[in-house]
Amino acid sequence: MPSSKKTAAWSPGSLLSQGGVLVVVIAILYVLFSNTQENLAIRGIESGFAFLGHEAGLPIGDSLIDYSPTRSYGYAFLVGILNTLFVSVLAIVFSTLLGIVIGVARVSRNWLLAKGAAIYVETLRNLPLLLTLFFIYTVVLAALPHPRDAIALSEGVFLSKRGFYLPRPVAEDGIGLFLGASAVALVLAVMFWRWAKSYKVRTGRSVPGLRGGLAIFLALSGLAFLASGQPLTSELPVYKGFNFKGGLSIKPEFASLLIGLVLYTAAYVAENVRSGIQSVHAGQIEAANALGVSSGVVTRMVLLPQALRVTIPATTNDYASLVKNSSLAVAIGYPDMVSVGGTIIGQNGQAIEIIAMWMAVYLTINLIISLGMNMLNARVQLVER
Amino acid sequence: MPNGAIGKGPERARLPHQANIPTAGLYLVSLSKPAGARNGATGPRLTQNWEDRMRNKETLVILAAAAAAMATGAHAGKLDDVRAAGELACGVSEGVPGFSNPNSEGVWTGLDADICRAVAAATLGDANAVRFVPLASKQKVLAVSSGQVDMTSRTTTWTMKRDSAEGVDFTSVVYYDGQGFMVRADAGVTSARELDAATVCLTTGTTTELNMADFARANGLTLEPVVFEGKREAVEAYASGRCDALTTDASQLAAFRAGFADPSEHKILPEIISKEPLAPFVAHGDNQWKDIVTWVVYGLITAEELGVTQANVAEMTASSTNPNIQRLLGTSGDTGGFLGLNSTWMVDTISAVGNYGEIYDRNLTATLGLERGVNALWTDGGILYAMPVR
Repeated sequence: MPSSKKTAAWSPGSLLSQGGVLVVVIAILYVLFSNTQENLAIRGIESGFAFLGHEAGLPIGDSLIDYSPTRSYGYAFLVGILNTLFVSVLAIVFSTLLGIVIGVARVSRNWLLAKGAAIYVETLRNLPLLLTLFFIYTVVLAALPHPRDAIALSEGVFLSKRGFYLPRPVAEDGIGLFLGASAVALVLAVMFWRWAKSYKVRTGRSVPGLRGGLAIFLALSGLAFLASGQPLTSELPVYKGFNFKGGLSIKPEFASLLIGLVLYTAAYVAENVRSGIQSVHAGQIEAANALGVSSGVVTRMVLLPQALRVTIPATTNDYASLVKNSSLAVAIGYPDMVSVGGTIIGQNGQAIEIIAMWMAVYLTINLIISLGMNMLNARVQLVER
Repeated sequence: MPNGAIGKGPERARLPHQANIPTAGLYLVSLSKPAGARNGATGPRLTQNWEDRMRNKETLVILAAAAAAMATGAHAGKLDDVRAAGELACGVSEGVPGFSNPNSEGVWTGLDADICRAVAAATLGDANAVRFVPLASKQKVLAVSSGQVDMTSRTTTWTMKRDSAEGVDFTSVVYYDGQGFMVRADAGVTSARELDAATVCLTTGTTTELNMADFARANGLTLEPVVFEGKREAVEAYASGRCDALTTDASQLAAFRAGFADPSEHKILPEIISKEPLAPFVAHGDNQWKDIVTWVVYGLITAEELGVTQANVAEMTASSTNPNIQRLLGTSGDTGGFLGLNSTWMVDTISAVGNYGEIYDRNLTATLGLERGVNALWTDGGILYAMPVR
C-alpha cells in the first residue's frame, strides 16, 4: 500500500475526528443501555439470563435432539437453534445445486431451456418468500392424504398430512467393527484417488481415480457389512391410533420451509452463476476449443475457475439472506429459533434478552458463513506474481 | 417516541416513579450544564445512579432492544395523554370472532372491542374515539409496557408472572374462560384423555402451550404440537387436516367452530384443562389509569345488576330513585370524580355500548351461541361479581 495513504488516515486531525465520533457513538450506546436498565427496573420487569436455567414447560413438535417440556429454557432455545441450522445448511446445499443447474440453463443455447430458466428466475425472485411458503405449505397439505389413507411408497415408507415417514436405522452388535472397516475403506479410496492424480501428473496417462476410489470404498465396506453380521436393522413406522409410531419422520412444515428456501434462493444463485459464466471472455473458450480440448475439460479447467471469481462473493450474500429468511418458519409452524424464542417471550416476557440471543445467533452463523466463503474466494482469486 | 413527555411540562415530573428518557441530545445538554440546571428530573438522577449503572454491566448492550426500551417511559397521567391525543389506542387481537374481529366494513366488533369503546366513552365521551391496534400474541404485553398502546383488551389471561414481573397491571376480569380441545366429530374421541399420539395445532406466545404440556404430562399422554405464529394459520392447518385437534380457550374454539362450513363436523371435548381469566391490562405504575379501566368494567357489570340498559339509561338518569343507580349514573355523589372523569362517565358508556349483559349477548350469544355459563352474574348462579360502585 502506498505510504501516503497510510499517513493520511492516521494524521493528528483525522485521528481527532475519528476519536470524537467513536466517543459520541459509545456515549449514545451507553445512554441507551443505562436507560433500558433503569426503565426495566422502574417497571418491575425482570431482566437477566437466569431464566435460561428454569424449566421450559413448552412443547416442541420437531426436534433433532431428545427434548421434553421438563428441560430448561436454554435447552429449548438450543433445540430451536439446531432446527434453524439444520434447515439452513440443507437449504444452502440444495439451493446451490439447483442454482447451478438453472444458471447454466439460463445461458444454454437450447431456446426452451433458457426461456424456462428465465421464467423460473423471474417468477421466484419477484414473489415475497412468505407468500411462496404459504403457497407451498397449503399445496403440500392439500395434496397429501390423512394418515389413515397414507400413501405407502414401499415397506415402511409412508406419505401423509402428518409427514414423510421412513424406517429408522437401528444399530445392532458389531456396528463398531463395520464403521471401523468403512473408515479404513475410505482412507484407502482417498489414497488411490490421490495416487491416480499424481500418476497423471507424472506420466500424462489418466487413471479413473474418482470412480476407482468409489468402487474400492463400496466393495470394501459392503464386504465389512456382511462380515460383521449385518449390524444394521430398521425400525418401521406403524400407524396406531392417531398417527404413525416409530421410524423417522419429515414433517410437512420442515419440508415446506426447505422447499421454499431452496426454490427462492436458487433463483438468486442461478443469476450469480449466469453472471459468472458470462463474465468469462469468449476468447478464452474459443482458444481452448481451438486447442482441441474436450468440452468437459474446457468447462472444468477454463470456464469454472474464472466464473467462480464473480459468482462466489455475490453468493455469500445470498447464503446470509437464506439464513435470515429461515425465520419465516414461524409463519408455517416449524419450530425454529424464532418460533421457540417467541414462545419463551410469551411465557416470561423477557423480550430484550431473547431478541439479543436471536441477534447473537444469526450474527454468529452469518459471520461463519462469511468467513468460509471469503476463504474460498481467496483461493479462486487470481494470484498476482 | 410515543411519549414525548420529558421536559415538556413541569407537572409531568411530579410522580416519583417517572422514568428518565433522555434522548442523546438531552443527555449531552445535561452533561454540559450543571446537574439540575435543566431537565430537573434528568440531571441529578444521572449522577446519582452513575455507580449503580456501572455495576449493571452483565446484560448485553444491544441497539434495537435498547431502542425498544427507550419507549418504555412510565407515563405520568395516562388519562391526560389520552385526552390530549383525543383517542384511545387500544390493543386487540388479530381476529378472534366474538371478542375482537373486524367485520365486513372493517369495523372492529366483539366483547373486547366493546370494552375499548366503553373506556373511550368514559374518558373522552366518545365511544368511537378508539384506535384499534391489532397485536400478535407475543407483542401484547410489550406493546402495553412500552406505551405503544394505552391499554389492551385482547383475550389475555391474567397470570401472576405477567401481573408482577412483566411491567403490566391487570384490571378486572371480563370473561372467565378455560382451555379446551376441538376435534373432528368422526375421529371417535369423547375425551381429551383419549388424544394420546394426536397432533395438536396451537398458537405461540400464549399460556396455551404451557397448559397443553402440563395436561399431557399429568395424564401420561404424548401430544405432538404444531405451533403457529397466527391464530388464523393454526385454525387453517387444523381445518386442512394437518392436526387431529385444535387447542385454545373454549370460547374461541366455539367461535372458530361456528365459522366452519359445517360446524357439526367438529366437536369441542368436555375437558377444560386450565383457568383462563381474561382481563384488560394497562402499563404498570399509573394507578389512576388502572382504576379507570377497572371501574369501567365494574360499572358495566353493575349496570346489568341494576337493570340499567342502553335503552333505559336516559330515563333512569332522569327519574331513578334507587340510590345505587343514582351513584352509578352520577346523579348523586361524584363517582366519576373519584377517577378524574366527568360525572356522566357511566351514562356515556352505557348509552354507547350497553351494560355487560347486552355486550355479551350481542357479541357472544347472538352470533356464536355461547351461553353465559360461569360468566353469568353472581345473582344468577355465575361468578361475575363487581365491586360496589360507591
